[in-house]
Order: sequence, then structure tokens, then C-alpha cells
Amino acid sequence: MSDVIKKATRESYGETIRELAEEYKDLVVLDADLAAATKTGIFKKAYPDRFFDCGIAEANMMGVAAGLAACGKIPFASTFAMFAAGRAYEIVRNSIGYPHLNVKIGATHAGISVGEDGATHQCNEDIALMRTIPGMTIINPCDDVEARAAVKAALDYVGPVYMRFGRLAVPVINDRETYKFQLGKGVVMKDGSDVTIVATGLMVNEALEAAKALEAEGISARVVNIHTIKPLDKELICRCAKETGVIVTAEEHSVIGGLGSAVAEAVTECCPVPVIKVGVNDEYGYSGPAVELLKRFGLSAENIAEKAKEAVKLKY
Amino acid sequence: MDVTIKKNLQKTACKVRMGVIEGTFNAKSGHPGGSLSIADTLTYLYFAKMNIDPENPEMEDRDRLVLSKGHTAPALYAVLAQKGFFSEDELKTLRHPGAMLQGHPCIHTPGIDMSSGSLGQGISAACGMALAGKLDSKAYKVYTILGDGEIEEGQVWEAAMFAAHYGLDNLVAVVDNNGLQIDGPVTEVCSPEPITDKFEAFGWHVITMDAHDFDDIERAFDEAEKISGKPVAIIQKSIKGKGVSFMENQVSWHGKAPVQEEYDQAMAELNKQLQELEG
Repeated sequence: MSDVIKKATRESYGETIRELAEEYKDLVVLDADLAAATKTGIFKKAYPDRFFDCGIAEANMMGVAAGLAACGKIPFASTFAMFAAGRAYEIVRNSIGYPHLNVKIGATHAGISVGEDGATHQCNEDIALMRTIPGMTIINPCDDVEARAAVKAALDYVGPVYMRFGRLAVPVINDRETYKFQLGKGVVMKDGSDVTIVATGLMVNEALEAAKALEAEGISARVVNIHTIKPLDKELICRCAKETGVIVTAEEHSVIGGLGSAVAEAVTECCPVPVIKVGVNDEYGYSGPAVELLKRFGLSAENIAEKAKEAVKLKY
Repeated sequence: MDVTIKKNLQKTACKVRMGVIEGTFNAKSGHPGGSLSIADTLTYLYFAKMNIDPENPEMEDRDRLVLSKGHTAPALYAVLAQKGFFSEDELKTLRHPGAMLQGHPCIHTPGIDMSSGSLGQGISAACGMALAGKLDSKAYKVYTILGDGEIEEGQVWEAAMFAAHYGLDNLVAVVDNNGLQIDGPVTEVCSPEPITDKFEAFGWHVITMDAHDFDDIERAFDEAEKISGKPVAIIQKSIKGKGVSFMENQVSWHGKAPVQEEYDQAMAELNKQLQELEG
């Protein structure tokens, strides 16, 4: 058995912006005193003249990014998801979203897997917040391979993009050689006919594990990876609803307003089937090791499998 | 300043004030007070200072202006119309459904360099523009206009710190110190004073200016141009409602439109001022 390679997507982010900087001369990077944690420090080391620390001032950072973009630069503005989507929400909406400026927001340390820092830093609401901004693209990659491709795709796309990265090292599940990223397109990771598990971010791997366990129990689960939460691949979601009759969503985010909500909104319009949501319930997190917190909050293959079994029963 | 140039600027500013009254009257809403207090400064910038081209509003090397106190868009729209960025008729549809001229500036309007109006945000965008200019070794200047009430927003001081730290000497921030905000005098609401000391402490070069004297306006912006290594704040002493007798220094004219009688009186006063200048 080969060892599973693990890597945090925030590292993929830092490395990729450094790699792309040579080709993309207008790429500049902003951070808010978290370069060591967001991994923009990797870029800073290679391109100190194109890196601007804004200090602990996220509101201004987003506004500066807007101004840079208005003059043709492609700014990557980075901080923790809590501050990028939370604290700076209104600046992102009014200074970046409304003028539809070409700003890339690199939000790291998203979700409960922030771990020991606890509730104040565990942002389970960012997808919900960003989803409400017209014209905002939201990408939540599941592993290193996808994160790298997502950063490149965000760079090639003209318009505001919110990219969500994690602190925790997660298994690399995509094939580096064959992987292709298509913005706005979901990926069927495994086919199945009884239930579709629609997952995003680090929950894609958990969904695949859940599907394996379900297989052993005679349940055929399809696994769909939604890396682009907005615009959502409604066509694929609706096809899955029709073909499997029931959906379980899995995300490291609140069950309010995130992937589960987006999927539910989509199927109610095209093929209303039960949508069971696995995510952080309407509550705050707390301090603890990331892996243990994920289990405690039900963000695990076991819980997804459990919910899938309940979901299948709803069909009859 | 040359007498003829000055007179022309005064005449244009008078027409700009008429545009403010025209716009807010037809919109039945809007912010005439603070628009009138920046009318002279905007007129000076667009007619005597900035490198801009109404035929080519997106010109890469143009000077930029971000109206951070975006609620006073009627003044900026009136200036842009006078300058020929769009027709003066547009002013009459300000704030109307489907019209080009939004209640607050929108980047998609010709001549508008940045969407703004949620207070405190414009100065940050102006910092980004100035930084981009530095990165590209461009000669353009970035101007931003803030309200004295607006600087109560914390983001303004985040931006002030940033601009000084990165030595953005191609950035000029004008603070329109008319002393009044919605809830009353700024010193009574939650005082931002002493404004000059604050900007100086944040590492800016500070200039004070009489906002309704074109000689002094020219002196201030000429001085701003000579400063290197640090951003410049021009604290302009202004009169809210300037040019319309019953609006001057009246906080009630912050955010309400003139009704027919008030419109007639305001236009009569401004017409008289214009005739005197032309006479």
C-alpha cells in the first residue's frame, strides 16, 4: 500500500502564485500580516517588489486591491477566510463586487479545521456570504492538484474570484498528470445510482471514503466534486437528482447558505428530491485538533455514509 | 491665478452648482449641501489641473479621481457634464430607474474612475491606484475627496497608514471640512478633530485651503505636486451648501432635495451670480 501524500491547499496556493508570477507580470500579492500562514510568504520571498503587506487592516487591503485592479493589475489579496469574507464583506461587495473588478481573494484557514484557534477563527460562513455577491465566482478546491489548477483558472478568468483554502494537510486525490480544471463544472469522481453525494473541499475525500463503505453495504453512491460553488453546475446537479433520486451534500461550512443550500436551491427548480446536508450545524466551533474537530462535527466519511443510508430510505 | 482663467473657473463652478440643483430637484432626493461645498475644488481639478480627455475617458495615463464621499456625486456629474463626458441632459435623470447616473458613483459611467459611496472605501481604492502608478512608473496623480464626517470611518485611517508607509506621493486626499454631517456638527456627533494633526501624525504632508477661493485652491494643489516621499492631505475649509443662500451652513440640506419654490430661488440666485461674472 502506497503512502497517502497530504498537503494543505494554502501551500498549493502560495506555491502556485509564485510559479505563475514570471508569466503574469501584472500579478501582485497583498496580505494582512499573515503571509507566513496564508503562504503568500512563498511569493514574497521570490518577488518582494510585487508583494505588499497591508498590516492588520483587511478592509483597506480589499480596497487597495480594487484600486490596483482598476489600473490593470491582478491583485491576489490574502488573509484568513474569517477576515476576507467576514470582516471585509462590505468592502468586497461594494469596492470589488459592484464594479466587478479583477481581484482574486485567497482566503485561507477556512472552516472548522483551523483547529486549536477556536471559534473566532473558524469561518463556517464565508461561502454563504460570498454567494450573495452578484458576479462573484467561488472556488473551493479539494486537494493540492485541484488547488493549483484553480489558482491558474482564477488568474485566467477576468472578474472577482473568492478562493477558499484550508490550513490542514489533506490527501492528494486527483491525478497530477491527467487532471483538468474547468471553472463552473462539477466532476463525477465515482459513478453510482442509489444516491449522489455532492461534496466540496476536503469533504470530497470523505465522500469517496463514504462511497466505498456504502458499496460494501450494497448501496451504490455517486460522488460529485463541486469545486466551483458559484456559478454552480446546475445541469450536473439536476441530472444527478433525476438519476439517483436523492442527494447528500458534504461541506466544511455551515449548513446554512453554503454548498448544501446552493444544491437545494438548484434541485427545487428542476427536480425536487430530498437533499440531506452534512456540514457544520447552526453553532460555533471550539478549540481542538483539526482532525478530531472534523469528526466531532460530523464532517467525516462515517457521518456521510450514515446520512446517505437515511437518504436512500427517503426514496421509498 | 490669471484673472481670465479664474473668472472662467468661477463661471463653470456656478454652472456646476446649477447642475447640482437640477439633478437633486429632478431626483427628488440626493445630497445638495456637500455637493455644493466641493463644487469649486472639482471644477478646478477637472478644468485646470487633471490630465483627462472626455473623448477618451479610459485613457491609460489619465489622472484619476475617486469621490470617496460618493453621496456628493451630483457635483461630480455636473462637472463631468460641463467637461463633455456626457450630455447635461443626463443630470435631469439622476437617480431615475434605468438612468445612467446612479445615486452614488458607478465605475461604468464615463469619467467615473471608481464606484464609491459606502464611506471610507474610496480612499483605499485611491491608494491601490496610486500604488499601481508607482509600480508602472506612471506619472499620473490620484485624487480622492473625503468628507469630514466620513473620516470617522476606521478604514480611512487604515488607508492613511498604508499610503504613508508606501510613500504614495502621487496621492492627494482632499478632506472637505464643511463641519456638518447628518446628525449635526462633526464636533458634536463624534469629533474627527484635530484633522490636520491626525494626518500629520499618520505621516502625511498636510495643506489647508479655502475651498471657495480659486487662488488658494491653485496654491494648495501646486504645493501638493511638489511634495515627494509622502502622500498629501488637503484639508479644505468649505461651506456646506455654498452658493445657495438658504442652504449655506444648514445641516438640514445634507440630504434633501429642493422642492419647486426652493429650486426656483436657488436657480435665480445662481443665475444672478453667473450674470455678474459674465457682466
